[in-house]
Amino acid sequence: MLKDITIGQHFPGNSVVHKMDPRLKIIITICYIVVLFMAANPLGVALSILLLLGLYLVAKIPLKMIGRSLKPILPIVLFTCILNLFFVVGEGEPLFDWWIFTIYPKGVQYAVLMGVRVLALIAGTSLLTYTTSPITLTDAIERLLSPFAKLHLPVHELAMMMSIALRFIPTLIEETDKIMNAQKARGAMLDNGNLKERVMALVPVLIPLFISAFRRADELAMAMECRCYHGGEGRTRLKVLRFTRQDFISGAVSFLALGIIFSTRFFVPGLQ
Amino acid sequence: MSKMIDADQIRFRYDPEVDNWAVDGASLKVEKGEFVAVLGANGCGKSTLAKHLNAILLPEAGTVLVEEMDTKDEEQLFQIRQTVGMVFQNPDNQIVATVVEEDVAFALENLGVPSDQIRQRIDQAMKMAGIYQHRNKAPHKLSGGQKQRVAIAGVIAMRPDCLVLDEATAMLDPRGREVVMDTIRTLNREYGITVVAITHYMEEAAQADRVVVMNGGKVVLEGTPAQVFSQADLLREYHLDVPQATELRDELVKLGYDLPQGIISIEECAQAIYKLFQ
Amino acid sequence: MSAMIQVEHLTYVYNPGMPDATTALDDVSFEIEEGQFVGIIGSTGSGKSTLITHFNGLHRPTSGRILIDGVDLWEKPEKIRDFRFKVGLVFQYPEYQLFEETCYKDIAYGPKNMGLDAQEIDRRVRQAAGFVGLSPQLLERNPFELSGGQKRRVAIAGVLAMEPKVLVLDEPAAGLDPEGRDTILGAVKAYHKATGITVVLVSHSMEDIARYADKVLVMDQRKLAIYDDVDKVFAQAPRLLELGLSVPQVTKIFLRLKELGLDIDTDVYTMPYAVKTLQKALEKRKGEAEC
Repeated sequence: MLKDITIGQHFPGNSVVHKMDPRLKIIITICYIVVLFMAANPLGVALSILLLLGLYLVAKIPLKMIGRSLKPILPIVLFTCILNLFFVVGEGEPLFDWWIFTIYPKGVQYAVLMGVRVLALIAGTSLLTYTTSPITLTDAIERLLSPFAKLHLPVHELAMMMSIALRFIPTLIEETDKIMNAQKARGAMLDNGNLKERVMALVPVLIPLFISAFRRADELAMAMECRCYHGGEGRTRLKVLRFTRQDFISGAVSFLALGIIFSTRFFVPGLQ
Repeated sequence: MSKMIDADQIRFRYDPEVDNWAVDGASLKVEKGEFVAVLGANGCGKSTLAKHLNAILLPEAGTVLVEEMDTKDEEQLFQIRQTVGMVFQNPDNQIVATVVEEDVAFALENLGVPSDQIRQRIDQAMKMAGIYQHRNKAPHKLSGGQKQRVAIAGVIAMRPDCLVLDEATAMLDPRGREVVMDTIRTLNREYGITVVAITHYMEEAAQADRVVVMNGGKVVLEGTPAQVFSQADLLREYHLDVPQATELRDELVKLGYDLPQGIISIEECAQAIYKLFQ
Repeated sequence: MSAMIQVEHLTYVYNPGMPDATTALDDVSFEIEEGQFVGIIGSTGSGKSTLITHFNGLHRPTSGRILIDGVDLWEKPEKIRDFRFKVGLVFQYPEYQLFEETCYKDIAYGPKNMGLDAQEIDRRVRQAAGFVGLSPQLLERNPFELSGGQKRRVAIAGVLAMEPKVLVLDEPAAGLDPEGRDTILGAVKAYHKATGITVVLVSHSMEDIARYADKVLVMDQRKLAIYDDVDKVFAQAPRLLELGLSVPQVTKIFLRLKELGLDIDTDVYTMPYAVKTLQKALEKRKGEAEC
């Protein structure tokens, strides 16, 4: 079950999407999210999903990875959908009316649209991490935020922390799996028993996990010192970020597509 | 010629309040190009000693000189760490990046080496450690032995004169241990990198030029592998062991057979026993 | 003697039905009799770790069956927890699973989950601690203050305290120095002798397997390759080398002697037997020379 978590996973590749300047990728992703919520109409959402599918195909990321990235958050999305379904008060005849539950047609529309948009948002940001190595990603964030460094914000340190966190996600997931198995072998009720028993059974998993994380942090800090790490000052990069002509073309195409999706809000009635 | 490492009478304790010394007056001298194994049971102070060799720890008493630089001299800190590279036990806890080549480049990025030179130096380092074909992979997809060689490449990219391995094979399976030891031997013999290997595996120590045995924070025995392993009783007192070849030789000697001293390898042992039959 | 563990056509596939499905165990069948000490060897990725997690139901077979003491593990899936207590499993680096404030409480975790009363728990904790050589004073200490070898003994005691019918250990000596290794494995052997329970030991060290096990099970590429008495397994040195494994160093010495042209048995795998064999051969040789 823990193996399903895909946040921070990276699939190295050579596609246009992979090679795009990470700074551009981040900006496009942000714009994509904005557009997703600005173009709150069926056509706009449909087009955004199409664009995303297209990008996944270009990046040669197996489409089942979308499913995998969505699986862990599905319960949350369903919960939001259900809330929308019951609490949106629309005009006209309710579709369904029983006791305190009333569903209006608008509620259904809202729930579906909401659900689809959140899923598209996760799938979109997952594409960013799938196609960009965390180091490049944090590098890009650091560059994008560099103006703030002049205001004495620890931009490099934040970026480094994020990069290390991403690096250790698979390691810690594997470790959690191991500890869970070890405690299950001593009779811990992790996958059976009632809710209270299950929550109590998590203590023997979380404590060893924290201890191990701290030990790892300690050792990693030492290993980094051994390799002369001393903060961001005077650091160079293996891969220097350079805006290429390809980036201009990809950027232009992406912004054009996003612009078209955005403009649908002026033609198709939205819900806001 | 100056010594690679000259640690003289160093003492260190983790808690300055308590009279409990992790290293208690140990001296270690390493010549350039040498392959030294530091052998000792858990808790004998060998890892603490290792951390003194590149100024991760500073001695409370005594001095550590790395190519005549005092590790207490903060001005020379980065020079010292570039000269003596360190590889630790758990490969997972020393890899920073999510792509092999980016991890190998980490030290050079820290040192401010220009990008085009980084490329050239990491390619060379990855080839030396035998992991060049994995350069675009994610470290968590590699085997233990491969990960540890990524860690080694990340250190030798700094072009150190000396490599300190702090139980670098302890968490690996026999196959992984073998490839890592092969890599280390190649670095020592072909590239002339001085090696200090901290270990409690007798078979690994047997491959070194010189073995230093530690117990209770002190150096208690020193010599060629043959000299050290011929003192089986003393080693057992230090909670250590001897290779089975040595043990078999000692058992036969006890029964009154005449076998030469200093047998540590299977081949030596078989040859000596074969002579008994002639 | 009756069979304690019966494995029948066990196949296990990770992520079945997915494009990245991988077979971890492929049609494995064998039986381990009650009271035996069985060693499992195999290179990394041969499937030995997946195999042992089937013994206490942490993994459910994709096909095939496992019977413990004659009962099918997955006959009543809701009862699977009972088998966790029947088959005690000690993982690699078990000290990383300690979580209580005192060693006593940590060792008591398994028995407590079994629903035993306080008096019985106390008896089991003290007895288990005694088996692994932990002094009663240590029981009240915080496990995180102990040395690596002591921590590991606490973790093993935590499994012994469940008084399982089968004890499975995955590399219990990994990373320990020679003395620590002998202490742990010696304690396991003594426990085996004292209680007569079935023990399964996974190890990379041929020397350790040779010294402690009665039978050896060799895994190769997700399949069972060899399962036989320890002397018969180590007599197949070329086959083991082919599988990427090794034989104990003493065995290698005897193989080399044979290569040099000496007429000597090569099914030697422990030090005392090696010394005895050589002594006999040398005396015979002396006798021949005098004739």
